[in-house]
Amino acid sequence: MKVNTMAEMIASGQTPEVLFWVGCAGSFDQRAQKITKAFATILDKAGVNYAILGKEEACTGDPARRAGNEFMFQMMAYQNIQILNGYSIKKIVTTCPHCFNILKNEYPILGGNYEVIHHTQFLQELIEQGKIKIIDSNEWKGKSITYHDSCYLGRANEIYEAPRKVLESLDMELREMKRCKSKGLCCGAGGAQMFKEEEKGDKRVNMERADEAIETKSDFVASACPFCNTMLSDGIKNRKEEVNTEVLDIAEMIAKAML
Amino acid sequence: MAIIAQILFIILTATALYLFSKNLLIIRRNILIGKAGFVNDQKTRRWKNVFLLALGQKKMFKKPVVAILHLILYIGFIIINIELLEIMADGILGTHRIFETYFDKIGAGSFYYFIINSFEILAAFVLLACIVFLVRRNILKLKRFMSNDLAGWPRSDANYILIAEIILMCLFLVMNAADTQANFIISSSLQPLLSDINSNTLLKIEHTAWWLHIIGIYIFMNYLPYSKHLHIILAFPNTYYAPLTPKGMMHNMPEVQNEVLYAMQPELAPSGAAAPASFGAKDVMDLSSKNLMDAYSCTECGRCTAACPANITGKLLSPRKIMMATRDRLEEVGKNINKHKNFIPDNKTLLHDYISVEELRACTTCNACVEECPVSISPLDIIMELRRSLVMEESNAPQEWNSMFSNIENNFAPWKFAPDDRDAWTNQA
Repeated sequence: MKVNTMAEMIASGQTPEVLFWVGCAGSFDQRAQKITKAFATILDKAGVNYAILGKEEACTGDPARRAGNEFMFQMMAYQNIQILNGYSIKKIVTTCPHCFNILKNEYPILGGNYEVIHHTQFLQELIEQGKIKIIDSNEWKGKSITYHDSCYLGRANEIYEAPRKVLESLDMELREMKRCKSKGLCCGAGGAQMFKEEEKGDKRVNMERADEAIETKSDFVASACPFCNTMLSDGIKNRKEEVNTEVLDIAEMIAKAML
Repeated sequence: MAIIAQILFIILTATALYLFSKNLLIIRRNILIGKAGFVNDQKTRRWKNVFLLALGQKKMFKKPVVAILHLILYIGFIIINIELLEIMADGILGTHRIFETYFDKIGAGSFYYFIINSFEILAAFVLLACIVFLVRRNILKLKRFMSNDLAGWPRSDANYILIAEIILMCLFLVMNAADTQANFIISSSLQPLLSDINSNTLLKIEHTAWWLHIIGIYIFMNYLPYSKHLHIILAFPNTYYAPLTPKGMMHNMPEVQNEVLYAMQPELAPSGAAAPASFGAKDVMDLSSKNLMDAYSCTECGRCTAACPANITGKLLSPRKIMMATRDRLEEVGKNINKHKNFIPDNKTLLHDYISVEELRACTTCNACVEECPVSISPLDIIMELRRSLVMEESNAPQEWNSMFSNIENNFAPWKFAPDDRDAWTNQA
């Protein structure tokens, strides 16, 4: 499978319909790379005309802004908007809710206006349009799953249904955690916490959430954010429950169930 | 004699209203100390929020039982206060139940009875709700009411309000019961208790209850500006001015945006432009007026803190405490201004003296506190403004964050990876 960059597409006179914004985790983190590859595979199989920025992509500035470093954020936003506008990007899809939030909500005022969607929304669209065909897959059918709402998808942007709708297409038994949707508990990574040690307390936030996920006795935990994925995987591993409960991104599950 | 009572009543009422409005104006002035003003676009959507959240108490209904009890208090409070109109008229004119006389005259005496009976039924429900709330706070000891956030005065504040409501409702019922010519639905059941008392004493009881009731209301009114109970007024403007943007959106800092723009494109820089004075918020005057109104609107219910992932896992951060600290500091700044006309620096700031770095560092920006607040308060917005000041004014960040910043700057990612490897995954795809 060939993944084209914007530069390559433009050079060959093509205009992709959507830009896949990979994000730093998706680009560099080994676990998150699997999500990126799964999503790229889906796009490829569904015949979506897409491109990535490749080496021209840079951090959106989210962790810097949330940590309080507005200068760093503005520098990154300036550079990214120059590149995105330079390619006349209209539509962006991303597998990271943090990139999604910042591109959708915080770039417009700086001159970056794009239609931005999260990959779970895009997957829902592709399924509804029949571009993704789910085959009967024993891998998922009848298995139990719990979905962890990412704060930046859920409360921040009120996207609760799209990921659940996508999971429904897999014919699994969806078990909600006690704290879900608008009451969903954070994984502990947001607000640049991912990049520092937690403040002192009685428990790690990811352990609190992992325990809640384990309590549902589900075979899988579905995430829609590379950071939530890391936090929950670590928490579940810490409880030595990884044999019973696997954390997967929704894109990884769809990629495996696709024709 | 009657004229003295009338004059006394008028003086009392005028004093109560004067003090109350004076304190409200001070609060208004304090709120307007804020740097940025209020956003007032999309008025229809804003009024909708007022109707749904303040008037309709939509978010309260996430906890239905408490919501119903709270609704009783709220409706009771508003409707029973209609009776104040008659009390005021009687007080000023020296009459007794002037509305009853009026309704009798136009042949609608039963309507008057219907109204007062409704008030009495509500009063009984209010009494009950207050007792349940007192029990929840003091006997059942709900976790969010036991927190250290409320140690001392705030915990008493909550109890004072409930006890005051109970006393006011009792006085209202006693006043009606002691009125021998009246026979209202709830208070009439109290009348057998008063059957041995002669009519002269009954009259005195009625008068005393009437006076204590109105004095109680004036005290309660003047207590509001000092209390967490101020939300009964500020919930309305606070939901009106609540941001209409998605919760995930942080507000932009045009001054920093421009600094970066001028660094990148110096030709755009205006000549002689002064650098901005400071970034983020170190003290209350650096916050927005909406942040400050949030602080006065907070009724310290603790729903935010109960939902906060940092607080749940034992971190120092409590969003409720952020709001209480902001109000405390603002009150202090307000007193400073009362005294000196202008704010004289007192070597204290909201950051550090009221809210510690450790609290700010614990926030995951998950928006759970914002989502929970029934009256659209955002503790998160204050936390973010303080973080901005910490990092941009004091260069105060943990070492890991400084590494993250320099990685973003040099490697375009928060981790130290070679930018050239950003698309390395495509080779294995």
